[in-house]
Amino acid sequence: MNAKDTFKLTASGDREIIMTRVFDAPRKLVFDTLTKPEFVNRWLLGPDGWTMPICQIDLKVGGAYRYVWRHDTKGTEMSVGGIYREIAPPERVVHTEKFEQAWYPGEAIVTTVLTEQSGRTTLTCTILYDSRETRDTVFKSGMERGVVASYDRLESILTEHAAK
Amino acid sequence: MQPYGYGLSSSQRLDAVFAALADPTRRAILARLASGQASVLELAKPFNMSQPAVSKHLKVLERAGLISRGRDAQRRPSRLEARPLAEATAWLAGYREFWERNFRNLDNLLEELKREDKRIRRAKRQRSTK
Repeated sequence: MNAKDTFKLTASGDREIIMTRVFDAPRKLVFDTLTKPEFVNRWLLGPDGWTMPICQIDLKVGGAYRYVWRHDTKGTEMSVGGIYREIAPPERVVHTEKFEQAWYPGEAIVTTVLTEQSGRTTLTCTILYDSRETRDTVFKSGMERGVVASYDRLESILTEHAAK
Repeated sequence: MQPYGYGLSSSQRLDAVFAALADPTRRAILARLASGQASVLELAKPFNMSQPAVSKHLKVLERAGLISRGRDAQRRPSRLEARPLAEATAWLAGYREFWERNFRNLDNLLEELKREDKRIRRAKRQRSTK
């Protein structure tokens, strides 16, 4: 199967979202693109018009990361940060995720696991919200706007979830 | 028949929808109902389940507003309710679109890095054979 067609996204139970995707590259390389700032700011961008002018990663347990996105023409900014809890290259990273915008309460714990088979890497990313309320808020805002919104309005909701 | 999500706030309702969808048997029941309404008996057979077990799943789906049950006291056929399912999946669709795009960016970056890696290795080989 073409690696591009392997993306899966599911909601699990009350507080979790699980994503999987296959990449046609060894996991050492995939791990680098997830954890080195000079790579992260080249792919974790979302819809057209967004760039990541600030991308800081202190890759150690207890170390912090911070990403700031900016919309080229509108000047809108989004930012997310967190702390690394586990780092086991090239197979596993666990970090917290907290958006700095006030409308996004609570925190999530993001667990990323990489497995390699015949030179291809499967990424499994589990996002566990700290409470049902947090996930509800995320879901509700996404749902209410998502149903009626144009793609343009959707982008702000989507960018909330841009942390890795 | 109760209106969908009866007695629940919108976030409770969404919660109920996602909890209902988290179970593979209930997703399979919804998939079956997408091709037409069915009674408990008709659902029990293909899933190889007892009628009470099916009824339990149907109650969860009904509470989430994902299905409605007919009035017919004997059969009470279950019918798929499309709206709450569409609302719940609209959120996931937005999330999905965001990540699909990012992962395509990542595919391109990985290809670029692989090419670079090859070039460096080739250059090293050439140096060592000189």
